[in-house]
Amino acid sequence: MPGLSGRMSTVIKAKISKLLDRAEDPAETLEYSYQKQIELLQNVKKGIADVVTSKKRLQLQEQKLRDQVVKLDTQARQALAAGNEDLARVALERKNVAQTELQSLDSQIAQLEQQQQQMTESEQKLRAKIEQFRSKKEVIKAQYSAAEAQVRISEAATGVGEEMADVGLAMQRALDKTENMKARADAVQELEAAGTFEDLTALGSGDDDIDRQLKALSSTSEVDSELAKMKAELGAGAPTSAGELGAGNSPAAAPAEAEQAGPSQGQAP
Amino acid sequence: MIVRIATEGQYELGDDDVPELNQLDNAAVAACEGGDEQHFQQSFDRLIAYVRDKGQPVGEDRLDASDVILPPPDVSFEEAKAEFSGEGLIPG
Repeated sequence: MPGLSGRMSTVIKAKISKLLDRAEDPAETLEYSYQKQIELLQNVKKGIADVVTSKKRLQLQEQKLRDQVVKLDTQARQALAAGNEDLARVALERKNVAQTELQSLDSQIAQLEQQQQQMTESEQKLRAKIEQFRSKKEVIKAQYSAAEAQVRISEAATGVGEEMADVGLAMQRALDKTENMKARADAVQELEAAGTFEDLTALGSGDDDIDRQLKALSSTSEVDSELAKMKAELGAGAPTSAGELGAGNSPAAAPAEAEQAGPSQGQAP
Repeated sequence: MIVRIATEGQYELGDDDVPELNQLDNAAVAACEGGDEQHFQQSFDRLIAYVRDKGQPVGEDRLDASDVILPPPDVSFEEAKAEFSGEGLIPG
């Protein structure tokens, strides 16, 4: 059969014969193939560990983004409660960007999960074939004449060699995909670190300007409530000012906050 | 005959299935050579589906070499084109 399958078969068979050409004596071929199989099995295990590591990294990033979404949502509520609709809008816009990024991370994690599962299956299949090869190897060594052993060894080694080439290909493809995702995650992280995303997504963990503005807002209300408290103390002797006490920005919250924040603020001017 | 779908595994197909398989393979190759990506994907998907549908998975206790090997199910158009020139999917 020419075409795709024919070309693919030729390439794999060439690879296998290259693998087996190294040894000439049948017993040596057996041991050499077996040793190669064990090596590949170790490599597959390493490959799976790589995929798991990448998945964990993405899951960490995912968690950070989830926290970011919750934080931005809270900030938007706070801003709105304080009557700052523009700030609330900015927070909600950033929340949207973070959510979009989160969705793409979710699908990448799902892909890695699939890679991991496929590689685990490949590893099990290869392990079964190697076990089969190992027992065949002992039978061949014990029971057959040199000429016959040569034929049977070549059959078994080709079968297991093909499996090895295929697992090798599957692993290479899985790792290529993982590399691409890692590269993308690294790029996003570098951009975050450089502050490039600062005014777009606010993915960084440090204070961004929403934080600063909200701090400014809350300190304003702290100042307001402190003022109100001072006025109340001063006004104790002059009851006429009682009507001005509730005139702060947030009438409901300010008196309670003033009780808690008041003393420490007063001691550290 | 034994057909391997690369990265997936081996399937055993009857001799009756070979002409159909050959036809599907030729269609995929023609689309690939003609640069028709959409048609390639369609015919290649049909080829893979045919092997999965008609073939019996080969047991793990067998060490037989395949008669033909198909590219991986997720092969891209670019990779399939490279199959016909250069090093193919498996360099080295």
